[in-house]
Amino acid sequence: MTSELDIFVGNTTLIDEDVYRLWLDVTDAVALRVRSGILEQTGATAAVLQSDTMDHYRTFHMLERLLHAPPKLLHQLIFQIPPSRQALLIERYYAFDEAFVREVLGKKLSKGTKKDLDDISTKTGITLKSCRRQFDNFKRVFKVVEEMRGSLVDNIQQHFLLSDRLARDYAAIVFFANNRFETGKKKLQYLSFGDFAFCAELMIQNWTLGAVDSQMDDMDMDLDKEFLQDLKELKVLVADKDLLDLHKSLVCTALRGKLGVFSEMEANFKNLSRGLVNVAAKLTHNKDYSLGPAVCGTLPLRPLATQRRAVLPESVFSVCPLPRWLPTPGPLGPLHGHPPRLPPAPVS
Amino acid sequence: MPGKLKVKIVAGRHLPVMDRASDLTDAFVEVKFGNTTFKTDVYLKSLNPQWNSEWFKFEVDDEDLQDEPLQITVLDHDTYSANDAIGKVYIDIDPLLYSEAATVISGWFPIYDTIHGIRGEINVVVKVDLFNDLNRFRQSSCGVKFFCTTSIPKCYRAVIIHGFVEELVVNEDPEYQWIDRIRTPRASNEARQRLISLMSGELQRKIGLKVLEMRGNAVVGYLQCFDLEGESGLVVRAIGTACTLDKLSSPAAFLPACNSPSKEMKEIPFNEDPNPNTHSSGPSTPLKNQTYSFSPSKSYSRQSSSSDTDLSLTPKTGMGSGSAGKEGGPFKALLRQQTQSALEQREFPFFTLTAFPPGFLVHVGGVVSARSVKLLDRIHNPDEPETRDAWWAEIRQEIKSHAKALGCHAVVGYSESTSICEEVCILSASGTAAVLNPRFLQDGTVEGCLEQRLEENLPTRCGFCHIPYDELNMPFPAHLTYCYNCRKQKVPDVLFTTIDLPTDATVIGKGCLIQARLCRLKKKAQAEANATAISNLLPFMEYEVHTQLMNKLKLKGMNALFGLRIQITVGENMLMGLASATGVYLAALPTPGGIQIAGKTPNDGSYEQHISHMQKKINDTIAKNKELYEINPPEISEEIIGSPIPEPRQRSRLLRSQSESSDEVTELDLSHGKKDAFVLEIDDTDAMEDVHSLLTDVPPPSGFYSCNTEIMPGINNWTSEIQMFTSVRVIRLSSLNLTNQALNKNFNDLCENLLKSLYFKLRSMIPCCLCHVNFTVSLPEDELIQVTVTAVAITFDKNQALQTTKTPVEKSLQRASTDNEELLQFPLELCSDSLPSHPFPPAKATSVDYSSFADRCSSWIELIKLKAQTIRRGSIKTTMTVEKASPVGDGNFRNRSAPPCANSTVGVVKMTPLSFIPGAKITKYLGIINMFFIRETTSLREEGGVSGFLHAFIAEVFAMVRAHVAALGGNAVVSYIMKQCVFMENPNKNQAQCLINVSGDAVVFVRESDLEVVSSQQPTTNCQSSCTEGEVTT
Repeated sequence: MTSELDIFVGNTTLIDEDVYRLWLDVTDAVALRVRSGILEQTGATAAVLQSDTMDHYRTFHMLERLLHAPPKLLHQLIFQIPPSRQALLIERYYAFDEAFVREVLGKKLSKGTKKDLDDISTKTGITLKSCRRQFDNFKRVFKVVEEMRGSLVDNIQQHFLLSDRLARDYAAIVFFANNRFETGKKKLQYLSFGDFAFCAELMIQNWTLGAVDSQMDDMDMDLDKEFLQDLKELKVLVADKDLLDLHKSLVCTALRGKLGVFSEMEANFKNLSRGLVNVAAKLTHNKDYSLGPAVCGTLPLRPLATQRRAVLPESVFSVCPLPRWLPTPGPLGPLHGHPPRLPPAPVS
Repeated sequence: MPGKLKVKIVAGRHLPVMDRASDLTDAFVEVKFGNTTFKTDVYLKSLNPQWNSEWFKFEVDDEDLQDEPLQITVLDHDTYSANDAIGKVYIDIDPLLYSEAATVISGWFPIYDTIHGIRGEINVVVKVDLFNDLNRFRQSSCGVKFFCTTSIPKCYRAVIIHGFVEELVVNEDPEYQWIDRIRTPRASNEARQRLISLMSGELQRKIGLKVLEMRGNAVVGYLQCFDLEGESGLVVRAIGTACTLDKLSSPAAFLPACNSPSKEMKEIPFNEDPNPNTHSSGPSTPLKNQTYSFSPSKSYSRQSSSSDTDLSLTPKTGMGSGSAGKEGGPFKALLRQQTQSALEQREFPFFTLTAFPPGFLVHVGGVVSARSVKLLDRIHNPDEPETRDAWWAEIRQEIKSHAKALGCHAVVGYSESTSICEEVCILSASGTAAVLNPRFLQDGTVEGCLEQRLEENLPTRCGFCHIPYDELNMPFPAHLTYCYNCRKQKVPDVLFTTIDLPTDATVIGKGCLIQARLCRLKKKAQAEANATAISNLLPFMEYEVHTQLMNKLKLKGMNALFGLRIQITVGENMLMGLASATGVYLAALPTPGGIQIAGKTPNDGSYEQHISHMQKKINDTIAKNKELYEINPPEISEEIIGSPIPEPRQRSRLLRSQSESSDEVTELDLSHGKKDAFVLEIDDTDAMEDVHSLLTDVPPPSGFYSCNTEIMPGINNWTSEIQMFTSVRVIRLSSLNLTNQALNKNFNDLCENLLKSLYFKLRSMIPCCLCHVNFTVSLPEDELIQVTVTAVAITFDKNQALQTTKTPVEKSLQRASTDNEELLQFPLELCSDSLPSHPFPPAKATSVDYSSFADRCSSWIELIKLKAQTIRRGSIKTTMTVEKASPVGDGNFRNRSAPPCANSTVGVVKMTPLSFIPGAKITKYLGIINMFFIRETTSLREEGGVSGFLHAFIAEVFAMVRAHVAALGGNAVVSYIMKQCVFMENPNKNQAQCLINVSGDAVVFVRESDLEVVSSQQPTTNCQSSCTEGEVTT
C-alpha cells in the first residue's frame, strides 16, 4: 500500500512556522522534525509527520513564486492568509544570515558568485538551500531597485514589503553590490555586517547623488563623482603642517573625554589622519573603494552631510567634533558591539 | 422579454506574460451571454490593463437568464496569428434574479484556464434589470430562492414546508462526442464546463417551476449532482424541499412580537406582503384555492387560535379538541385532516432537510434505504430522460414503502447518490422514516409563535425517540423499553438516523464520529454478469456495515447514531462500503450493554483464555470510551427505573393517540436488561478480524472531538475560529492477489491515517472539534482507492464546556425527582418552572435502528431483501438533560434587534460545511453557489506530480468560490459541499485531469462581538432574550 497522492488544503492556508523555518533552510525536514521530539509530544506516527511535512513543503513551494514579488502575495486570491501571517512569511523569507552576507557583501551578484555558494555553504555552515535563497533574494532586490529613482530604502520597502530594519539592511547590500566595495579583505574581517550597513547608510545619506538632491533623476546607489573629486583636496590636511596641527587640535578638543582610546588616538593622530586622507583622495579610483568602508566605518562622517561642497575644508574639519553616535548606537547596532577602538592603520 | 443584463469590464491584474518579446500582454475581453458577444478594446502592453469598458447590455428572456451563465473570456491580441485565450470566468447571474439577494455582482474574479489554472484576475460589474412578468404559463421561475442548507435558513421562517421536488436533465457528454477527437483538450473541457453550467441552470429553473406550482417560494436542502455516465451521457439531477419562507426582515418588529404573541400574529401576514413571489404565482392547486378563498381575517384568526391552544395539555390530538370552540378551531382540524391525507397521497413525502423547526418531527422510525444496480445504456433522446426518471421513481417508491412499514408517513434527511463504474451504476437513496407534525405542511399556520410550540413540544422532548410503529407487529426484531425520559412510551434500544441531532434532544456526554469500513473483492465481469455479481454482494455488504456500526456504537457505550451516511462504491474488481455517523448517548434510550465474545469451541483451554483476554480488552475499551466521552448517566435513576412502571403512567399513555397499538402493556423486565450483552461469536478467522478491527480504531487525541453532524453533541460554546479543509488521499494497492482481509485492513488504515493526519495538522487549534466530517470514497482505477474528506474544525472553550455539560445533568437530576411526583398533566408548568432558561422547546426527531434496503437490479435480477438485526436491550435510567442553546442560537437571539453592521473583515471569506458560523449571525443569504471546474495538465511532473496538481487545483477552486462570494457582497459560504472530485491520471503520458463540483450558500454574516456593542446600548434586549431564545432555530 503506497500513498499515491496525499494532500490537505485549508480555506485559510495552514502555515506551521516551524516547518516554514525548516523549509527555508533544508530540503528534507522530516528527520529534523523527528529529532525535535514532535512525535513524542503529539503521539503522531512518522508517516503522519512525513505527510504533514510534504504538504507544507508543497504549499510553501507554491507560495514561493508569490514571495518573489511580495505585493502579489497581498493581492492574490489563491491562498487566504491573514495579513500578520503574510508579513511573517515575507520577513522570514527575506531574512539572511550575517555570516552569509559577509561573504558576498560587495561582490557582484552574478552567476559566477552563485557558483561559489557551495564553498560559502561549507565555510559558513549554512545550508546550500539557504545560501541560494539568500543570494537570490539579494539579486532579486538588486535587480528590481537598480534602476529606480528615489530613496533606496523606500523603494525596497514598497516593492518587497519588508520591515524598516530589513529594508535598510537590503539597501546596504544593494549599495555595496552596486559599488562593488570589497569587504572580504583580511584587514576588514573584524567588521560585522552591521558595521558595513551603518557605513552604507551614511554614504547613501551623504555621498550619493540622491543625497544631494532627492528630486534629481538619480538614485541612492551611485556615489557622487564630483564629491569624490573634491575629496582629493583634503590632501592639504596632511601636506600642510599648520593645517594638520589645527585639525588635530580641533579633533582632540571635540573628542576629549568621549573616546575610550583617546590617548591612543591623540598619539597616533598624524598616522590616522594621513591614512584617512589618503583613502579619501583615492576614492575616485574604483579599486580603492575597498578602504572606503573601513574609513567610514570607524570615523564619524555624518556631518559631511549638508552643504559639504560649498565649504569642503570646513566640513572636513567639522568631522571631528561629532562623534556623538559613538556612545549612543543607532539602529544598526552591531558596530557598537565593538569596543570603541580605532582600526589598524589602513595605509601601508 | 423580461430582463436586461448589463456588464462592465473594469480592469485586469496579474495577467500572464503572453508576448515573450516584450514580456507583456495585449489583452482584451469578450463578454458572451447566450448568442450575443461584445468585445472590449485591446489594452496594449500591460499586465494590469484598465479597460473601463462601457456597459454591455444584453436583452434576454428570463428563461435564458436562469439557464445561461455569463461568459467572460480574456484574450491576448495577436496581429498575425489567432488570438490566444488567457482564460475565462463564468458568472452565474442567478443570485441577481431574486429580490432579496444580491443586487450587483462586482469584484475581482480569477481568470481560469482549464490547462493553466488561474492566470490573473479581472474586475467585472454585473447588473440585471428585471421586468415583472405575470404570464402564468411562463417557463422561467425567477424569484424562487435556492438554499443548500438542509435546515430552514437562519434569517427566514418556514410558513409552509411543501415537500419534495426533483428533476433531472440529461445530455451527451462533450468528452465523448466524435468532435472531441479533433479538438484541443482545452476546447473539450470548456465545452463540458459550459454544458454543465447550462444544465444546472436549466435544472434549477425547472425545479423552480415546480416550486411555484406548489405555491412555494424557495427550495431548501437543494442538492444537485451530476453523473458522468461516460458513453451513455451526462446526467444532472437535483432534489430539494419546497418551502414557503418568510424573511425575518425587521428585527424591530420581531422583538416585541416575542413578548406578546398577538402582536407578532399581526405582523406575519404583512411580512408576507412585500414578498412578491407568493403572490406572483397564480392560483393553481385546489388545496391552495381552498385556503385562499377565505378572507384574510380568517387566516389571522387561525393564527391567534394557535396561541390559545398553548393551554391545551395534550399533544397532537389535543390540538384539535383542546381548541375546539375557539375561533377557527374546527376549521383547523379540518385543514389538518386535509393536509395529513394530502401528505399521504403525495407521491413522495420526502424532505431533504436534516434539521427542522421545533415541533415538526413527532416520531422517528429509523433509517430506510434502497439501492438498485442498473446497466447504463445510451440516452437516445435527451429531451425525454424517461429511463433515468423511472429508475429513481422506482427507488423512491421503495423508500416510501419502507417508511410505511415502519409506521411512518414521511421520510426526512433524504438523499440520493450514485456510483458508476464502466456501464454499471448503483443508485442509492436513504433517509429517515418519520412521523411529522402536519401543522407545517399546511397553509396559514405559523410556527413562529412561541407559545404554540411550547404547548406542542414540551411533552415531546423525548417524543422523537418513541416508536411510531405497532409494537406487536414490529417490522423487525428489536427490544423495546419504556422511554427513559418520560417512561410512558416505548423506545427502541438503538436509534439510527440520517438527520442531525435535534437541538433539544437530551444527550449525555459527548458524541463521536463512528465509521464502518468494508471492502469486498469481486470478479471482473462484463455488463449483466457484472451487475448480477454486484447485486449479489450488496446485501452482505449492507449487513456487515450495519453490524460494524452496531459493534462500534456499543464499544463507545452509546445508543444512537445521527447523520448516518452509507456509501457503497463500485470499482472494477471490488466494492467499498463506508458508513459514517455520529454516535451519541440519548438519555431517553436504554444504556447499551457490553459486547460479549463467545467462542464456538469451548473445550480448548488456550482458546478460552484467548477469548477471555479479548473480552477483557473490549470491556476496558468500553469503560475507557465512557470516560472519554463523559458518558455517565446518573445512577440514581436506576432505582426508579428498576421498579415496575407505576400504574398512572401507563394510563397516561392513553393520552397519546398515535401509534398506540393496544391497551395491554407488555411487561418489560428492565432490571436485567443491563446484563444482557451483545454477543459476538467468534467461530472463524473472519470474526476474529472483526473483533480486531473493532479495537484498532484509535480515539482522537485529547482536545479533539469529531462528528459528521452539524453540531457536536455535548459541546456548545464554540469560539469563532474555524478552518474548513479538504483532504484527498489516493493509495495504490500493492499486490494483485488481494484478500478481503488485506483489503479491509488497507482501507481501514487509509481512513485511520487520514484522520490521524488531520488531528496532527490541526493541533494548533486544540481544543477543537471536527464537524461535518464528510468522507467520500471512489475507485478511479483497478488498484487505486481515493478518499476525499471535507470538514470544518471549530475551536471551543474547554472550561466552559465542562461546566455546561455538568449543569444539565444536575438539572436533570432535579427534574427526575420532580417528574416522579408530578403527573404528566402539567408538563408545561413543570418545565417552565424548573427550567426557566430552557432554551428550546423540544421537538425534533431522530430514529430507530433499522435498515431495510432492497437491491433491485433490473427485472432480471432477483430482488433481495435483507434486514439487519440487532439484539440487545439495556437498562439504566437517565434523566433528561437540557441542551443549551446552540451557538447560533445564542448569537441570533441576542442580536435580533441590532441593525446589521458593516462587514468588518473585508476580503476574508469564510467557508464552512455547516449552516452557521460560530460567534456570528447570518444577516443575509445572497444566493446559491454552484460551480463546476475541470483542470487538466499535460505536464504533471512539472507541476509537482499528482499531489502538486490536485493541491493547486483545490486551492484554486476555493479561491474562485471565495471570489464569487466576495463579488456578491458576501463574506462567507455556508453549507459548503464538494459534491464531486473525480481525479484521473496517466503518469506515463505525464497527464492528469480532475473535475470538481462544489456548492454552498453565499451569505453575509456579522460578528457577534460587533453586534454586542450595539445591543448593549439597548437595555431591552437582555430581558427579552429569554423569550426570544425559542425563535432561534426557526
